Amino acid sequence: MADHPDIHSEEFLRRLLRRQLRLSIGIAAAFGFVLFGLPLANYLAPGVMAMRVGGFTVTWLILGVLFFPFVWLLSWIFIKRSNALEQEEIAVGRGKPGA
Amino acid sequence: MDPFVLTFCVLMVVVTIGMGFWAQRKSRTAHDFFVAGRSVSVGWNASAISGEYLSAASFMGVAGMVMSMGYDVLWYPVCYACGYLFLLLFIAGPLRRFGAYTIPDFAEGRFDSPLFRKIAVVFVLFIGFFYTMPQMKGAGVALGFIFRDVPYWGGVVVVGAVITFNVAMGGMKGITLVQAFQYWAKMFAISVPIFVLMSVHGGYGRQLGINRASENEPILVATTEIERPKQAPADSAWLNPFGKLTSKPAAKAGLNTEQQRPFALLYTYSLIIALVCGTAGLPHILVRFYTNPDGAAAKRTTFWVMILIGVFYLFPPIFGAMGRNILPELYAQSGYKGTDGVVLKLPMVLNARSGLLPWGSILSGVTSAGAFAAFMSTFSGLLVSLTGALAHDIYGRMLRPRSSESERLRAFRICAVLCGAISVGLGLLVESFEINKMVGWAFAIAATSYFPLLFLSSWWRGMTMKGAATGMLAGGTLSLIAVVSTMVADQALWAKPLAAFYNGHPLARTLAEQPAIWALTLAIILMIVVSKATAREVPDDIRMKMLVLHAPEGLGLKQEYIAADPTPQAKAHGEMAHPQSPRDPLKGAAAPDVAAGE
Repeated sequence: MADHPDIHSEEFLRRLLRRQLRLSIGIAAAFGFVLFGLPLANYLAPGVMAMRVGGFTVTWLILGVLFFPFVWLLSWIFIKRSNALEQEEIAVGRGKPGA
Repeated sequence: MDPFVLTFCVLMVVVTIGMGFWAQRKSRTAHDFFVAGRSVSVGWNASAISGEYLSAASFMGVAGMVMSMGYDVLWYPVCYACGYLFLLLFIAGPLRRFGAYTIPDFAEGRFDSPLFRKIAVVFVLFIGFFYTMPQMKGAGVALGFIFRDVPYWGGVVVVGAVITFNVAMGGMKGITLVQAFQYWAKMFAISVPIFVLMSVHGGYGRQLGINRASENEPILVATTEIERPKQAPADSAWLNPFGKLTSKPAAKAGLNTEQQRPFALLYTYSLIIALVCGTAGLPHILVRFYTNPDGAAAKRTTFWVMILIGVFYLFPPIFGAMGRNILPELYAQSGYKGTDGVVLKLPMVLNARSGLLPWGSILSGVTSAGAFAAFMSTFSGLLVSLTGALAHDIYGRMLRPRSSESERLRAFRICAVLCGAISVGLGLLVESFEINKMVGWAFAIAATSYFPLLFLSSWWRGMTMKGAATGMLAGGTLSLIAVVSTMVADQALWAKPLAAFYNGHPLARTLAEQPAIWALTLAIILMIVVSKATAREVPDDIRMKMLVLHAPEGLGLKQEYIAADPTPQAKAHGEMAHPQSPRDPLKGAAAPDVAAGE
């Protein structure tokens, strides 16, 4: 980084948007993979998804119980990374490269 | 009428009104009324958002639908809770940094277009009133169920009056306190009875194990055969995916079970999109994010909301599974006399085993009070956002931009009463409509109009006002028309040809019942194409706007678009309104960068 990049410059904004979007899309992809993968698994492998785990069918256990902690984990990762990203951007914007 | 049920419900109403009075003494300024002084702490705000979000449809409807339709219904609670992840990833941060009260503020600020503000206001009112209808209907029916002699209109009027009073007294700040309290009341009311029931009748897994996944699966739980009325779905259709909910359009066309599956899969995908994107686009949820002190707090709040709502949503399906085994006779009745009332009725079975105290009645009183809290809190949230749109956007920005603080406060109260009265009127009209259908409409419209608007305007600088308006109006209107057409085909006699068409074309019917998958795509394509065609109209200072939307607040770029507020009351985090010195200078974290238009 230049020692005092102009925060109103085109590069600063582009970099900011790109990095934020990359983080958001990465997490959204993990979420979407499970969200849209589960109906597909139900469709293609009904036998496997109907196997029993402690009374639950596999698919009921995933959707009715395990899905929630999975999403909590994703959002926790997102918040941690996005806050780190903001700290970095603040440091860059104020002319102190690195964080 | 059970005395315990009566006592708990009356207690819930009294506490709600009492908190409204208490909050009135605390809320002084216009800022308090519209965004709770921006001073709501993360814990309070997360509880309040969750309390507002968990409506009667969640508290009673999800359990009833799981009982009557099985696995497919689990998508509702999961997507209601997980839609917040989309909000968190793409919308919460930028919206809060932009510093606007409402979506219309955002619409005008982002596109420099007073016209778009007007369009957005109309849409907020439209979706909001749409969403109040099922809440009112829930209130009327549930009240009639809990108190046998209260007619439908009585329930609607009582609930409407209590909440309108609360909103007019305390505004956003008062409602925040009440809703936070109501979240914990609902959480208690849904979880404690289910733990007692599970300890007596066996856990979640055991309840599911009583149902056989297929003909040749051995019975997992030794139990006497449960006799269910003929309306109840078969074990495998209930327990497995692609059951009654998602395969209905194909089943109407006379296809066999194997042929129904592709349509059911498509239905499931479209439903998921509507629920996830709809959550991220409901105006009364979004308005809450402006009550956070800053963007980092907005993110933390969303995280806690997901946990609070997710934990809550574990429980209603257990009621559904248990009701299927313990109270199968509910299948024979419809509405709140049947499966929709399972949350209120199920605890009563404990009376048969109780000793000294009628534990069943007590726990049923607890769930009934929870149901009361549910429709009261969601309706109050909707009323705040509707009143905000009328008082802030229409009165404060369009009719009387130079009005004084006290005029604004009075306008807020008058608008609250007006909106409350309209909601009650609408509630009286929809007695014959299904609650879940109406909720589904509101989500489908929000998912195909506001969600693409917010998402693209925050991340794509090429968006123009014309592109945004075209996509939003086309997406929202077309999905509304599609959904209503299936309702009409089912119920109106003059729509026979349409019904015949839908019966012959299961694909068309599936896509009309769940329009999100195509309407969202269409809205996004329209937004992009029209914006490209009108690229010259991109606001000149778009780079600054994008910077304000995305740059960390620590860089001091935050810009306030709340131009019309004459006495800005930004406060340090967590501080309550200070009646003696209403003109305190700006202080604390929100202070240094209030720039435009103040």
